[in-house]
Amino acid sequence: MNSKNRRWRSTSILQVLTPIFVLLLTVANAPGAIAQVDTFEFESPQQQQRFRKLSNEFRCPMCQNTNLTGSTGGVAQDLRREIHRMITEGQSDSEIEQFMFERYGDFIFYRPRLRAETILLWFGPLAFLLIGGFVALGIARRARKLSEENTELDDKQQARLKALLGSKL
Amino acid sequence: MSKLKYYIPVISFFALALLLWRGLYLDPKELPSMLIDKPMPSFALTTVAGSEVGNEDLPDQIFLLNVWGSYCLPCLIEHPTLMRLSEEGEIPVVGVNYRDRQHLAVEWLEDNGNPFAFSILDEDGRFGIDLGVYGAPETYLVDANGVIRFRHVSVLDESVWEEEFVPAIAALRGVSLSDE
Repeated sequence: MNSKNRRWRSTSILQVLTPIFVLLLTVANAPGAIAQVDTFEFESPQQQQRFRKLSNEFRCPMCQNTNLTGSTGGVAQDLRREIHRMITEGQSDSEIEQFMFERYGDFIFYRPRLRAETILLWFGPLAFLLIGGFVALGIARRARKLSEENTELDDKQQARLKALLGSKL
Repeated sequence: MSKLKYYIPVISFFALALLLWRGLYLDPKELPSMLIDKPMPSFALTTVAGSEVGNEDLPDQIFLLNVWGSYCLPCLIEHPTLMRLSEEGEIPVVGVNYRDRQHLAVEWLEDNGNPFAFSILDEDGRFGIDLGVYGAPETYLVDANGVIRFRHVSVLDESVWEEEFVPAIAALRGVSLSDE
């Protein structure tokens, strides 16, 4: 009974582990599989590097949750072509970013620019952390003050306490 | 007064909950256009019919700029509305044939009817990028001076026409009348 049970368990673990292992292998290879095949030519490895960096940081306007590198969308394809054109024409990263911003706005950036409209996005979490910190500090300070204060009961309170406890006993 | 302090967490909870609840009903697919109140990007292209076309060929009155393609199924849904608008002479409609092939575009217009004064042929999508297009159909409202005033993404049917474009056009006409 016991050995039969054990054998059943060992096969079941193998059955569970094998798909997980296969899945892990697939996931590990995924970044290469997701990137779209581009046939762009560059004059230097630096240009290629910049192309990769920019198309990783721009968001595909059509597919919303993908960057330009990973998107098969028509717009993404066109925008990759434009990035390639601008890089080989010798435009700087900030010029390319400006080009994208003028047409697609802040949406295009996975790393939004620091502007009046995006200040809350950048520093909102810090502001909430500070507010929380001040509240916690205030509570701690008050608690300390309370414990330092004279906490002994005066005669009247003592009498009332006795009356209360007495009635329970 | 000191009691009020204890309500602050409750009040801020409800404020945040309201904000997030509203967020649930926003459409993240509707991106604001960057070209509102900006002039139409300059272009020198050809029409689907094959003649040269540029900014000077645009109507010198308020018109619709409709981004379409023969591959685009929603474009068929809004097609009757565009046909009605141009047939009844309510507003001129200029097309942008976006990321399409010329012969397919010509066929599509022959099969379904042509509501467009002309269609700008944008086979490689380069003009679409200048407009900030991210997919057909999109419709822009352009004023008499060639300034983009409004954009609607996705299907422009009769109810969208009534609810969004008619008021926008009325507002434009009102503004231009008081200017003169």
